[in-house]
Amino acid sequence: MHALSSYLILSALLFSLGLYTVITRKNAVAILMGIELILNAANVNFIAFSKFVTHHVEGHLMAVFIIMLAAAEAAVALAIILNLYNDHGNINVDEANALKR
Amino acid sequence: MDLTQLALSLKYFIPEMVLTGFIVVAILYDLFLKPETSHRVGFVAIAGLVVTLGMLYQQQGIPATGIFANMFALDGFATFFKWVVAIGAALAIWMSLDTKELENRRVGEYHILILILVLGMFLLVSATHIISIYLSLEMVSIMSYLLAGYLKENSRSNEASVKYVIYGAFSSGIMLYGLSLLYGLTGTGYISEIQAQLVLGQVSPVMLVLVTVLLLAGFGYKISAVPFHFWTPDVYEGAPTPITAFLSVAPKAAGFAVLIRFFNVALSQGDPNTPSWLALPGLDWPMIIAVLSAITMTVGNVLAIQQNNIKRLLAYSSIAHAGYMLMGVVVADQTGIAAILYYAGVYMLMNLGAFFVAIQIKNIYNTETIADYAGLGFKAPWIGIAMAVFLFALTGLPPTAGFVAKFYLFRALVQFGDGFLWLAMFGLLNGVVSLFYYMRILKAMYFDKMEIPEKLTAVPLHFNVLMFILVVPLLVGWMFGDPLSIWAAEAVQFFF
Repeated sequence: MHALSSYLILSALLFSLGLYTVITRKNAVAILMGIELILNAANVNFIAFSKFVTHHVEGHLMAVFIIMLAAAEAAVALAIILNLYNDHGNINVDEANALKR
Repeated sequence: MDLTQLALSLKYFIPEMVLTGFIVVAILYDLFLKPETSHRVGFVAIAGLVVTLGMLYQQQGIPATGIFANMFALDGFATFFKWVVAIGAALAIWMSLDTKELENRRVGEYHILILILVLGMFLLVSATHIISIYLSLEMVSIMSYLLAGYLKENSRSNEASVKYVIYGAFSSGIMLYGLSLLYGLTGTGYISEIQAQLVLGQVSPVMLVLVTVLLLAGFGYKISAVPFHFWTPDVYEGAPTPITAFLSVAPKAAGFAVLIRFFNVALSQGDPNTPSWLALPGLDWPMIIAVLSAITMTVGNVLAIQQNNIKRLLAYSSIAHAGYMLMGVVVADQTGIAAILYYAGVYMLMNLGAFFVAIQIKNIYNTETIADYAGLGFKAPWIGIAMAVFLFALTGLPPTAGFVAKFYLFRALVQFGDGFLWLAMFGLLNGVVSLFYYMRILKAMYFDKMEIPEKLTAVPLHFNVLMFILVVPLLVGWMFGDPLSIWAAEAVQFFF
């Protein structure tokens, strides 16, 4: 059980760091990196639970799906951020404020 | 879980397979088209959706079944939402055919992306395992980001998609973390087995509340409930209008489907196919949702009052409608869910209709500002009358189906017991607030002085046909024994 809790603490740390990055950063790519941290925190959870609690391959499979999905999401997000760069010459999300009332 | 079992599931998966086939055909057909003829892919898309609806009709009467090792379910509940989503998509593609916003650009991919979005929603409404819920939710989200940013050289469209992708990826990431904790707490990913584990009462209530809050981040973002609604006005204003119309009905309905399925199967005790059931001990989720519902409808309605852009106003109104529909989720019995199903069907027609009028006015007069609507009621009488019907329905005034839909929701809530009477009162007060801003549009159309110089272009005939299709069911659909409500009551059937 000791091994499981160390993995959970690691994933909680990753999650908190991701949350902190998303909230404080202005750079769109940095925000994206924060989101990846959150997804990987969930991955660590899935694999740790799968190894120590359920003893079943299900959790590993979920992690594989999530890695694949994170790649797809990053591809789309980077394409969209590229459009933002073409409009503003930078990727600061605070400058994208034309739609505020 | 061997291969023959998976192969047997395929016969319950025909609508999705047909839709996938049409997506492939549309992609191939698009290769042979020049940019100016690429709108023809839209005809393929509409044909594909019609055939898919035919296949869905073939599935009526199949008892609730789990397919693909119970990762997905085929049940009445999922089928109802599939109808709503597919009809909404066909109408949205129809609206896109003559929009000025999409003129002079390649639109083949646009129709293909809508079809993939529909496929994602088909999977989302039937998902019964945490990983299939998460994957199909993301399939819907990623297609929505692309469609919101489809007008690449328009900086507003780009801004909409940037905000959408950041909020969306962030909240679904938080939901995924919640799902991973739930997997660890229960040791299973199937939502019915999660319920079986949770009713044993060995999971601490604090963890359960934490997981519920994390999950609500993902679900709440999809249905634009209040603490997670910030993306909605910006995305709705910046995206191409037919996409805004589509995003405001179909993914919202699908989000409600997965929310209802998850809360009533995983986080309740008892079989959701019985007339009523109880929330888990130690987790008062009806109260959490009731508070969320009250805040959502109030914020949506109050902020809608000061909007001048029609798309932004309808965005806030769609937040308020999410609040109304959440009233039905609070009611843990079959009348509550049937009321939400009915509301989702009616809301699809009336909201698509209101956006459709906005599209036509933008085509003719090139404006989205409500003040510019002055005198339109007399200048374009048919558009004026249709808009009046849509706005009456959105407010919930008789004699439209919008009134009947709200009535069912309030009735379910009041019948459920005295505990949530305060929420019903909140809903009624909010109805009064919403009357104010919906009628402001009508006042501009009928009572303000004309300022628009002259009519620029005529409305194409097939647009008038579409408007007729949207108006008539709202006016007469609830008569003749109200077939939709009978169907909605029958559709409350879960795979469990």
